[in-house]
Amino acid sequence: MNDADHNRPTAGDGIDRLTDRRSLLISTGLTAMAAVSASVAGASTGFVERMLRTRFTELSPERKAEILADLERDYSERYAREVTVADTPPMDGVEFAYGLDIARCVGCRRCVYACVHENNQSRDPQIHWIRVLRMEKERGIELAESTAYYEPELVPEPDAFYLPVACQQCRNPACVKVCPVKATWQEPDGIVVIDSDWCIGCRCCLSACPYGARHFNWAEPTIPSAEINPDTHYLGNRPRPKGIVEKCTFCIQRTRKGRYPACVEICPVGARKFGNLLDETSEMRYLMREKRVFVLKEELNTRPRFYYFYAT
Amino acid sequence: MTSHDRQSRGEPGGDRLLPGSASLAVLLIVFITLALLTLFAIMRGGTGEVGSDAGGAKAYGPADFAEIDFDRELLPEVETAGSSDPEGTYRVRQSLAYEDYFPCTDCHADMDVNLERRQLEEMHDDILLDHGPKERWCFDCHNPDDRDSLRLANGSLIGFDESYRLCGQCHGTIFRDWREGIHGRREGYWNGAKSYLLCAHCHNPHAPRFQAIEPLPPPVRPQFLRVEAEEVNDE
Repeated sequence: MNDADHNRPTAGDGIDRLTDRRSLLISTGLTAMAAVSASVAGASTGFVERMLRTRFTELSPERKAEILADLERDYSERYAREVTVADTPPMDGVEFAYGLDIARCVGCRRCVYACVHENNQSRDPQIHWIRVLRMEKERGIELAESTAYYEPELVPEPDAFYLPVACQQCRNPACVKVCPVKATWQEPDGIVVIDSDWCIGCRCCLSACPYGARHFNWAEPTIPSAEINPDTHYLGNRPRPKGIVEKCTFCIQRTRKGRYPACVEICPVGARKFGNLLDETSEMRYLMREKRVFVLKEELNTRPRFYYFYAT
Repeated sequence: MTSHDRQSRGEPGGDRLLPGSASLAVLLIVFITLALLTLFAIMRGGTGEVGSDAGGAKAYGPADFAEIDFDRELLPEVETAGSSDPEGTYRVRQSLAYEDYFPCTDCHADMDVNLERRQLEEMHDDILLDHGPKERWCFDCHNPDDRDSLRLANGSLIGFDESYRLCGQCHGTIFRDWREGIHGRREGYWNGAKSYLLCAHCHNPHAPRFQAIEPLPPPVRPQFLRVEAEEVNDE
């Protein structure tokens, strides 16, 4: 306090110093808040309120609707087109699971770019949620020896097979455990989601995830407005700011409305399968009954909902 | 510092067990060289191992591949039925090679049937037969008496739109997987209507091995990503 007085010798000329200091502190605080809200959120009025709100799962329906409408206004303005932000809830009696046939995958990377297109990943700096690893047939699944940067004329190469890796949607997710602010959690339908308004960007989850499935926005993400996917979900593919973590959400904006994820539909060899684990007649249940199924890094007890299989 | 101290203490006593100043100097030179090399490697940023043609130096986005349709439109029937029709399966509207010629009887109705195995010359000479054993021949699948239908091994006739029954005669396990939705691509609703493809949409029946395709480019390597990110910040 005394230091502050000494550093401000000219401020008190002809004014009551006590009231002056108090009002100065208050007004500086308010100005700073206003400046932050104006600059960071692109002059959004609801930004400060959003910073001071409670966590997403505890919001009242009215407050949630306000926040979603606010976000829609923000995004529509920024990308100069109509962007919708939904909060479609999980369906009852549904637990999602994913199957990937590594006997079929040809490593063409169509899924990687379909995912970028669907989920509004940053184009520059580039973020890919799916990494396709190339492995030698002779050596089998050898993660340490694999590469994601293969670039032959044609795929599949005769001596290689391919293992696409994205978020494994673990039942026992290390990333959720380490999050210091509970900005990431498992939804009832099994999708591990991030609230990007709540994430503080500490990147603990990046180092905890054994699959490299989480990605950080090191710089302000850039997406040309012509390329934005305007059909977004609050917990999924809505545009993200700089300094937060993002990941695969099984295309939450599509799958909660019954659609297949984008990567499933683009796959030219039909290697990707998706369905409800709790439905006896689903494609996933058939697959797990009839095929040799395995999960990645089983020994870590993460218990993924992402099953690789060999169909013969 | 300590080595020098030790040496200065050692010399008056004539202790030969401690290293001489010459070897110390050599050690020092080696140490400094190694330290400089490490420092140099760190300052270069570790891009040394990657050749310029190794891939991953440039960032591509979905917009760079105009030939690929990333906004896959659903069949109108699938879109209409949506989640309400879990049993609904609809065949995609994608033409097959035979449709260029169909109906076959336009030409074949007036022709004599030649059952002899031979190299085709005037017509259909573009067909390369590479499907299993050498003995395989047109009339294993096609019906010599009415070319507009296909013939199963048991003699029953089926239309070209049911060709999967023909394939299923030999490829039983794959046929079962396809029927259950495990083999081949499906689009639409995981809990509702879907569209499916016929075997012949992906596999040429005369040479069924899946054709190799061109891969899309690899992701950007981290060292190149960092440079681009910095440029963005400078703007």
